[in-house]
Amino acid sequence: MKAGSNLEKVFESDRFAVTAEIGPPQSANPEPLVHHARMLKGSADAFNLTDNQTAVVRLSSIASAVVVMREGVEPVIQMTCRDRNRIALQSDLLGASALGIRNVLCLTGDHQIFGNEKGAKSVFDFDSVSELAVFDKLRREGKQVGGQEIKDPPKVYLGCAENPFATPYEFRAARLAKKVAAGADFVQTQAIFDMDMFEKWMDEVRARGLDKKVHILAGVLPMKTAGAARYMKNKVPGMIVPNHIIDRMKNAKDSKEEGIKLCVEQIETLKGMKGVHGVHIMAVMWEEMVPRIVQEAGLMPRPSIE
Amino acid sequence: MIVAKRKPMAEIAEMVAPYKSVKVIGCRSCVAICLAGGEKEARTLASALRLKARKEGRKQEFEALVVERQCEKEWVKEVEDKIEDSDLVLSMACSLGAQTIGDMYPKKLVFPALNTGIFGVPEEQGVWSEKCVGCGNCIIHTTGGICPIARCAKSMLNGPCGGSANGKCEVNLEVDCAWYAIHERLKVQNRMQLIEQVSPPKDWSTSHSGGRRVYVREDAKLTQHQKKGKEAVR
Repeated sequence: MKAGSNLEKVFESDRFAVTAEIGPPQSANPEPLVHHARMLKGSADAFNLTDNQTAVVRLSSIASAVVVMREGVEPVIQMTCRDRNRIALQSDLLGASALGIRNVLCLTGDHQIFGNEKGAKSVFDFDSVSELAVFDKLRREGKQVGGQEIKDPPKVYLGCAENPFATPYEFRAARLAKKVAAGADFVQTQAIFDMDMFEKWMDEVRARGLDKKVHILAGVLPMKTAGAARYMKNKVPGMIVPNHIIDRMKNAKDSKEEGIKLCVEQIETLKGMKGVHGVHIMAVMWEEMVPRIVQEAGLMPRPSIE
Repeated sequence: MIVAKRKPMAEIAEMVAPYKSVKVIGCRSCVAICLAGGEKEARTLASALRLKARKEGRKQEFEALVVERQCEKEWVKEVEDKIEDSDLVLSMACSLGAQTIGDMYPKKLVFPALNTGIFGVPEEQGVWSEKCVGCGNCIIHTTGGICPIARCAKSMLNGPCGGSANGKCEVNLEVDCAWYAIHERLKVQNRMQLIEQVSPPKDWSTSHSGGRRVYVREDAKLTQHQKKGKEAVR
């Protein structure tokens, strides 16, 4: 065991893992986090606390993680390279570990142009790959990037993200290989709508033997409306939504029900895909659906491992 | 070259409004080539300001001048009398030129008429794109000749990120994704191993992050004796 987190135990016991997300509020009030933690507890093995996602200022991911931990929910903190240099990132990793946070997701981060502080100065001292490499060395060797040795290294399980649907497609499995080489223990993929394309990426991932080296969580995103599907197809770079999905959402009597049904079907498909070790459910602004989706996908109850 | 853009007319007019004798000084180097602050632009700006002042009933004089390279003291010296004779120097050089005049004549006011932007390349008539940020430690021999520090919005060394769509950057869909371009270039050059390796964090101490940079070439510096000789010739 590297960090002994619940997520690590689920992976190591070779069970199909489930993770989801909780978006911290845009305020100093921790109540929405407590509310979501109570509602979602037991429906996934760990929950991502996003780090100022889309560059919008929110309650910090580390503080949010502590709030949900008090409710008995295991966090995965996202740590982006957008806002912190190597001094702050390494410091926050030590701090997170000291607070009992055991899962860390390394991300480059959304550019500030998308958020509500467009005048912010860029940091990007690291990118997700170098962040992984630095954190991995810090936990394994107790050595900072600048060479300083530290006495008590952080105990963390390291994750990353990868997007099979961004260009150049032929490089996307190789990029995951870089993250694995840099120290990633698990990976969460971008939301999958084009299952054929995802299969193709998985073929390459398996051909490189990556599925044996890193635990792969396939990303799914339940949609409420056909409009949301169209928006993701047309407006979100690096997302591919095939027309048949948009049509299916458009033609449904109850698009929300259809969205849930589609998501459950996707999970069923992913459960049977060789090399996929779990799913990451991104129910953005629709967190309350997570327990139902996990239930209907036949993934309840979540294992409790000592 | 250094690429700059003229500030909006209203901003310049407001800046210069309180001053009677204004020398608008252009530069024949980079800013002339990028059509921002050469002789022609200095003349145009001076007459526009003259017209505006007349229309608004302000008694102001604007004279347009140009020097070869405003970032070099020798060239600035040529218009020393004009500078001494002014209430305000409105520099149409990049910020380097404006600061050179300011440092030479500390009592004189030197205001910038341009916003200095990028180390850029003319792509076509009227289009300049940023290709270097002067990080002080060039790595383009490892990235297919394309600088990801300047050309990737996140200065990534292990790109492309998940926002690369159709080879374009998610931050600006008009702009090519640097890492997509690097990938394509390295493929053509049969050097894909370069992009498949993990690039460690960059040491930014050679960039502005390490503090203000002054480059000294000891072998190129003049001795006291040589300096005196040069003065004498002048």
